[in-house]
Amino acid sequence: MEKTGSSLLDVTYLDTLSYQDTPVHRLDPRVKVLTTLLFIVCVVSFNKYELSALLPFVIYPVVLVALGNLPLGYLVKKVLLAAPFALLIGIFNPLLDRAVLIHLGSVEISGGWVSFASIMLRFVLTVSAALILVASTSFNAVCVALEKLGAPSAFTVQLLFLYRYIFVLADEAWRMVRARSLRSFGGRGMELKVSSLMIGQLLLRTLDRAQRIHRAMRCRGFDGEIRTVRRLRLGYRDLLFLVGCSALFLFMRLHDVPRWLGDTTMALMR
Amino acid sequence: MAGRYDDGVDAVSQPVVEVRDLQYAYPDGHPALRGLSFSIADGETVAIVGANGAGKSTILLHLNGCLMPQAGTVRIRDLPVSKRTLPDVRRTVGMVFQDPDDQLFMPTVYEDVAFGPLNLGLPAEEVDRRVMHALSIVGAVHLKDRPPYRLSGGEKRAVAIASVLSMSPTILVMDEPTSNLDPQARRRLIELLKTFEQTIIVATHDLDMAFDLCARTIVVKEGGILADGPSREILQDAALLAAGQLERPLGLQGCPVCSPPG
Amino acid sequence: MHMADALISPLVGGAMWAATAGLTAYGARKLKEKADDSMVPLMGVLGAFIFAVQMINFTIPGTGSSGHLGGGMILSILLGPCAAFLTMASVLTVQALFFADGGLLALGCNIFNLAFFPCFIAYPVIYRKIAGERPTRRRLAVGAVASSILALQMGALGVVLETLFSGISELPFSTFLFLMLSIHLAIGVVEGLVTAAVVTFVCKAHPEILEMAAVPRPPARPAMNNVLAGLLVVTVVTGGALSWFASANPDGLEWSMFHTSGKEALEAADQGPYALAARLQEKTAFLPDYGFRPVEQETATSGEGGAAAEAGKGKAEDWPDVSAGKSLSGLLGAAMTLLLAGLIGLGLRKSQQKR
Repeated sequence: MEKTGSSLLDVTYLDTLSYQDTPVHRLDPRVKVLTTLLFIVCVVSFNKYELSALLPFVIYPVVLVALGNLPLGYLVKKVLLAAPFALLIGIFNPLLDRAVLIHLGSVEISGGWVSFASIMLRFVLTVSAALILVASTSFNAVCVALEKLGAPSAFTVQLLFLYRYIFVLADEAWRMVRARSLRSFGGRGMELKVSSLMIGQLLLRTLDRAQRIHRAMRCRGFDGEIRTVRRLRLGYRDLLFLVGCSALFLFMRLHDVPRWLGDTTMALMR
Repeated sequence: MAGRYDDGVDAVSQPVVEVRDLQYAYPDGHPALRGLSFSIADGETVAIVGANGAGKSTILLHLNGCLMPQAGTVRIRDLPVSKRTLPDVRRTVGMVFQDPDDQLFMPTVYEDVAFGPLNLGLPAEEVDRRVMHALSIVGAVHLKDRPPYRLSGGEKRAVAIASVLSMSPTILVMDEPTSNLDPQARRRLIELLKTFEQTIIVATHDLDMAFDLCARTIVVKEGGILADGPSREILQDAALLAAGQLERPLGLQGCPVCSPPG
Repeated sequence: MHMADALISPLVGGAMWAATAGLTAYGARKLKEKADDSMVPLMGVLGAFIFAVQMINFTIPGTGSSGHLGGGMILSILLGPCAAFLTMASVLTVQALFFADGGLLALGCNIFNLAFFPCFIAYPVIYRKIAGERPTRRRLAVGAVASSILALQMGALGVVLETLFSGISELPFSTFLFLMLSIHLAIGVVEGLVTAAVVTFVCKAHPEILEMAAVPRPPARPAMNNVLAGLLVVTVVTGGALSWFASANPDGLEWSMFHTSGKEALEAADQGPYALAARLQEKTAFLPDYGFRPVEQETATSGEGGAAAEAGKGKAEDWPDVSAGKSLSGLLGAAMTLLLAGLIGLGLRKSQQKR
């Protein structure tokens, strides 16, 4: 959960990506949110020892990365960066579950390792699906989608404000942190007390800014209700995507495709 | 239209802004305005100048009801500024603040410029017309779907002005409009403002802009008015400006190459 | 502290999402009632503030490692519970989307663990009781620390339970619980202290900010909070301690069956409808036989059913049965019942107010 100035650059980069113009970017945001959620639910619903049936699910991120012109290396790096947490918890599986599950010739593989691999595979699939959603849909569109899907407007509006001002506030905080680091030596200056003061200063500035924003809003006639002109239109392409992906996910969930492929191939070879 | 040099106020027309004996002190007791008076006619261009803390911004905040006078009156188009008249006052007076980040809070430029007209209750087509019109005036139509945090300083400033113009105010009030602008952006802004027909009131440190754009200058010192008259006279009076802790616009000082100071 | 999608099951994820959605709708409605239009920009900006603040890290005294402010408590103090909940929820949403800090399905869990507990439980029940409307410096500090600790402990417990119920990870429950609770105890203390320091600092310049959080309440409410607090305590004590002493002897029904037919649970379990019901029960019970999977599993057939039954039999002899699993089940059953009852109550009250 450590964030540095560079991770705000991350947000900026993802934000830039989300404004590209590709077939994926042009899809209705509601459709993308729904298919991402369905994808995650399907992946996560497998039995903990399932491995092969999970594999075909990579088709979804792969296709979207390709069609959406998204930088694969960057996404891989982000997934790897987030991996340690899952690794840390997942590693207990092979340590504790040592009953042998699979025999590969003379090699015995315990259930623990299988479930560990399953965890890591799920992790990669779910995290990449979420990242792809963000990289192919502007945050504004995500919020509009959430609102049209039923989230209360008090939540989505302030979510938009939050996003709007992250960059501004992070900039101020970053300047404070940098100024402090220029004046602190050997760990001194990093204590709780100094940090609390810095946080307090930032909060004061934030409160002042909030007051100025509110004042600007009132000067333009704000009366408590935030009115918007955002319109979303579902095209047949969007519906096709939604239905197609859902059907695909359900099919892959119910049928172990790699096993079928393997069996068929073996049968054909005889 | 090059610089507008109307000399003096047209005595027959009603002043659009009338401030009389305005007094105001901040919550901590520090007195900010000590009873000042001035009036501004329709179509005038006025610069309010003074040192930091002299009270320029405080005056501006009284012009659209962000602050209420503790004594004295402020009238906009003969409407006294009060809680009741705020909606009308704010429709007439458009305020552009110093930090555009405070003013552009919606997810896209279009929505920021549409914010005002939507709050006025206008129908969607009218809102769209006004937004596109305002954006075209400031030259920002190509920015309409961008999020504000992706704009440069000059672009933000332009969009902030558009967000106020879309409400069709007849009086435009601006706090330090040229601050943080690079020279070309600044030049573009000044040229833009020269094309406007609204009454323009600007609080600024940029005395060159004041001289270029505004026919009239009010010098504020410690909450009171030190001088009020044609820019051409006031901004050339070095002694007067020094008394107000200012100096002459750079453009009016000697050329540093031909005749170096000292 | 954030749950990942890889470690949860759809059932747990879905259930927590449903709970979170309900809470969000509730919070939004309450906010509308309060009708303070300056709230929304303030909430957004403070949410961005929490993000920015997470960049300011400090060394935790005594451990040498660095930590940073979570934010739930300070938001509650500044904004009041409903606004703080919504703000914290949006912070977590942005973290999940942009930083892969927690999954999308797990977002429901994370919002529940990290926003619900501090804003809707720890704040009204602990902080307000200790600090009240206009706290002195000491009360503020005590209140902040106590509520931060409680909130983080509950959040940590939430994480452990959600991981457990999903059945994907093999983490041994008691070890996991112990680790999480102790780590978050330390974090809670620090967060409480920083929160108190920051709020005190800001109050000097803006004494009115504490009033922003004041929620106009009908007079009946403070009593309700007392009742709620009392119930919570009673639940924890009853569920936890008493079930430790629950007889290891078979339940009433099983006991009587044992005496009349001489077999436990009628072991005709392999035929007919009983077989089906038994298998169904095995598959759906969260904590089969109220025990816990032993650290080593004999076989890995259908997962829970077989091994747990064996484990249950193994523990049948001790009395009092100081099994962590049993007390947890009791605790859990009670807590879930309370929560359900609370939600139903809130829902009914809302529909009343609509009329």
